[in-house]
Amino acid sequence: MGGNLYDIVVIGAGPGGLSAAARCAELNVPHVLLESSSKIANTIQKYQKGKHVMDEPGILPLRSPVDFTAGKREEILDIWETGIAHHKVNIQYGAEAKSISGEVGNFTIGLVNGDVVQGKHIILGIGMQGNPRQLGVPGDQADFIQYQLDDPDEYHNEHIAVIGAGDAAIENAIALSKNNTVYIVNRKDEFARAKEGNLNLILAAIDAENIACLYSSSPTEVELLEGDKFRGNLVLSTNVGVEKVPVHRVIGRLGAIPPRGLVESFGIEFPSKDMSAIPALTSQYESNVTGIYVIGALGGYPLTKQAMNQGYEVVEYILGHDVKPADHGLIQDKFKMLPYDNMEVDEVLTMMQERIPIFASVNALLFRELILDSSVHVFNVGDVVFEKDDYTNSFYTILEGGIKTVITEDLIISSGVGAFTGEGSLLSGRRRSATVIAGDQCILIETPRRTMLKLIASIESVKRVLDETFIVRQIQTKFAPKTNIKELEPIASRAVINSYIPGEIIMKEGDEGDTFHLIRSGSVTVSNEVDGKDVIRTYLPAGADIGEMALLGDTARSATIKATVKTETVSIDKEAFEMLLSRSPGLREELQAKTKERYQQNVTLQGDDGSEGLLSFLMNQGLGEATSALVIDETLCIGCDLCEQACAATHNGTSRLNRKAGPTHAHIHVPTSCRHCESPHCMKDCPPNAIQRMGGGGEVVIGDTCIGCGNCKQNCPYGVIEMAYKTKAPSSYWQWMLFGIGLRPGKGEVLDHGSENEIKKAVKCDLCIEQNNGPACVRACPTGAAMRLNPVEFVNLA
Amino acid sequence: MSTSFVTHQGSRYFWISLAFIILSIIIYAWHDPIPVPNGGTWYGYTLGTIGALMILWLLYLGKRKRNFAKGWGTTKGWVSAHVYFGSSLLVVATLHTGFQFGWNIHTLAYVLMCLVIFSGFFGVYAYVVYPNARNRVKKSRTRDDIFEQLQGVDQQLKKIVGDLPEEIGALVSSAIDRTEFGGGFLDQLRGNDKSKVMIDGVVVDNYNQDVVVENLVHKLTLAKGVETQMLAGLVKEYGVRQKLLGVIRTDIRLSAIQEIWLWFHVPMSFGLIAALAAHIVSVFIYW
Repeated sequence: MGGNLYDIVVIGAGPGGLSAAARCAELNVPHVLLESSSKIANTIQKYQKGKHVMDEPGILPLRSPVDFTAGKREEILDIWETGIAHHKVNIQYGAEAKSISGEVGNFTIGLVNGDVVQGKHIILGIGMQGNPRQLGVPGDQADFIQYQLDDPDEYHNEHIAVIGAGDAAIENAIALSKNNTVYIVNRKDEFARAKEGNLNLILAAIDAENIACLYSSSPTEVELLEGDKFRGNLVLSTNVGVEKVPVHRVIGRLGAIPPRGLVESFGIEFPSKDMSAIPALTSQYESNVTGIYVIGALGGYPLTKQAMNQGYEVVEYILGHDVKPADHGLIQDKFKMLPYDNMEVDEVLTMMQERIPIFASVNALLFRELILDSSVHVFNVGDVVFEKDDYTNSFYTILEGGIKTVITEDLIISSGVGAFTGEGSLLSGRRRSATVIAGDQCILIETPRRTMLKLIASIESVKRVLDETFIVRQIQTKFAPKTNIKELEPIASRAVINSYIPGEIIMKEGDEGDTFHLIRSGSVTVSNEVDGKDVIRTYLPAGADIGEMALLGDTARSATIKATVKTETVSIDKEAFEMLLSRSPGLREELQAKTKERYQQNVTLQGDDGSEGLLSFLMNQGLGEATSALVIDETLCIGCDLCEQACAATHNGTSRLNRKAGPTHAHIHVPTSCRHCESPHCMKDCPPNAIQRMGGGGEVVIGDTCIGCGNCKQNCPYGVIEMAYKTKAPSSYWQWMLFGIGLRPGKGEVLDHGSENEIKKAVKCDLCIEQNNGPACVRACPTGAAMRLNPVEFVNLA
Repeated sequence: MSTSFVTHQGSRYFWISLAFIILSIIIYAWHDPIPVPNGGTWYGYTLGTIGALMILWLLYLGKRKRNFAKGWGTTKGWVSAHVYFGSSLLVVATLHTGFQFGWNIHTLAYVLMCLVIFSGFFGVYAYVVYPNARNRVKKSRTRDDIFEQLQGVDQQLKKIVGDLPEEIGALVSSAIDRTEFGGGFLDQLRGNDKSKVMIDGVVVDNYNQDVVVENLVHKLTLAKGVETQMLAGLVKEYGVRQKLLGVIRTDIRLSAIQEIWLWFHVPMSFGLIAALAAHIVSVFIYW
């Protein structure tokens, strides 16, 4: 295979790679497309049968020799196969790259199978999925060992060993156990990594002896059996010695090896250690290694269409053609109302980066993407940008003019070009702490939270600047409103950001301590030890401060503070605190008054034992991170289900709450319904950014742009998101009442979903954001059993 | 924290109704019609009109509680007002009659109204008492939770009998298969247990699973060696089953009682509407 020097070597036959190779073929550029597996588009191959693949973002035009529109997995794969055959793309299957050496004009790519490929330029489009971890034991090349399960119903009456203890392993084992004898091989003695639902399922299945579990067992060898009833023996090393399990099939579900290590071994640098970081690229997708280009999900573009466009563009760039990116028109439209008529799009982008220091260190490609996600607003003087207590969480930077930040009536801060605002809600997920008003000739760039979080994860300097600003502004707002921000900087520079995992103790009752914490994100419980038991007294959300008593003379902690969810605090030591006290007159007295109040509160709560178990129960349900949780008082609930009917009636016939599901403690039942988390898990990985926090109550809402990928459902630890077809609004009450026509109000009717374009989309509670009067479930409850509460109100439930 | 429909907004509608009742009585005592108080005086007509409109309004609750998307106030507020205004009707309508009763359509309407109101009183009692009682019986579990536990126990039972003589297996699985819940409304209300079991080819009653327990205990006393242990385990597990079934049955019974009044309240309301219409029409035509 050696000796042939290709102009362009494309690694990875995903959407980006296919598109790039097809463009090469179209232009008769000598090329080769290397694909590690035996089929194209590995990630999409792994989708379940018939899955609908979306072509978001809809506004972005497709630019590729290979066609692509939304459709079924099989159709799309078919079109792509036909496409590359038509263009005579030179593709090699089973060609997994493991090393790259040389330089632009003469790269050498070493393959796992020992072959070597040479190329002048390399396009890397290997995605983010990585390769499945292999068993790595003698005999693991046997043909009955697989790392994927397409259709569990294909197998009957086999003895199958599933290796792994994660969700994929559990789901496979359970699906297979219907028709087969299934063993699950777990290296540890418990299923620690599994989601709760899967954990319950697998433990029940093991208990019922539907699945045999081999704990503390690791495979050491696969012995092939010829002419036997079984095809092989899985040899395991266990606590009690070696065990042999005769099998027909072995399914390894050991997770994937993230491609980052491999990519770094090619010499490509990542700007931060954060696992979600993406390599630094030029606006032409070129990495720090000249001649190696990165496209698709690996370069931070997870959407199929974007990747395909990049595949096309990157070939053009390598050939030295001057093409404008496919999103050029979109950005041009964004800039239409800006007063920069005589400037090119690229010039405006450069100017933005020059003017706004926090974006200065962002690479051009990432910044372009950021602007594509952002909106640019021209404000009139006096316009309100956002209001105090709004639940919005986007981030604003000032391109022209200035803004006024109204923290209190007495405390108004002006900021000019290059400054930013909104970092507080961005970082804490909490309501806006101030109102921001536009000044004269004000132009602001509004960047959504998700985009900013991606940026923070990728670029260390952005994170640092935001953190520092957050701390100093927090200290000013909370303790020293009259002090100049410059004077507070030395104090802020001594502050430390701490992060805690759920359940971690921040301070322990009785311990000596002289630091003081400000909860930046997450929430905590305050508890005391009573008769050797930890009794939760109260709950404090982000924004609260803890431990100030210690700094005012009393050094023993009066209570234990524990993180209920992933929590971040800003801590200030005694010395810095003294500096703060000396700079803000009246603060000592104010804090003393607060301390006194807290002591009194402790005394009141001391006598109140009814709430203890209940609060712990609610916290154990993860309600510590809720902002609005549906709870039902069982002493009042008559089980009429009007709550569910009301939910269905106000949401096109599909109820987003399940009254009967969920746990009960004492008289409080927590049904399955969205609790609108502080930092919603569902928002973490939504490709079209369809989930937003909005409205006055901070409702977490799934928008119409949902592509039905199901990530949010996977990410929600509370199982409150459903994938559902569109349903029809319920029928008329009078028609149903008088003539029995149609369904009872509150019953849904699934619309015809036979059509190609109809897919299941994510649905969940939106707190009835479209109704004027608040959540329909609560309003429909005839007895007052259903309540929507903020955790701060839980104390009153007992 | 949670306030029920009874104490909604500081029992606002209770106080309004009370004031209204007192006012009606005062006016009744003050006005001095000739010859005697009756529905035909100006005050009689006033009370009658108020009462009739109130009945229509009370009936509207059935529609209002399904106005999920729009609608003024909360359903709880409406229920609270429904309860107190409905109760005040008892006084308003009685004053409207001027205490003249007879075997006629007018008194029929009055009696129906009283029955509706009294069944409503029971409804208030039921809604206040039974949810709490049911929660206590179920020990803060949902009925689904208990059914799930029951399924677990049944599976466990089937597993244990796998190693025991076949006749015991047949006994236990026939008892499981022939366990019955609910049934008709009357069965639910009485908490009837129609469970059966097949013993020696004959299907016999198995009320409260007693027959099976008795049978298993008998076998346990005769058993020897390993079988004793296994049978003891079986009996213990069966005891859990018995308890769970008891809880489910009690819950079904309590929930039937909790809802029974609606079977009177609603149909009689419609009867009342018919009688009321007849009453009004006859008054205007024949008086």
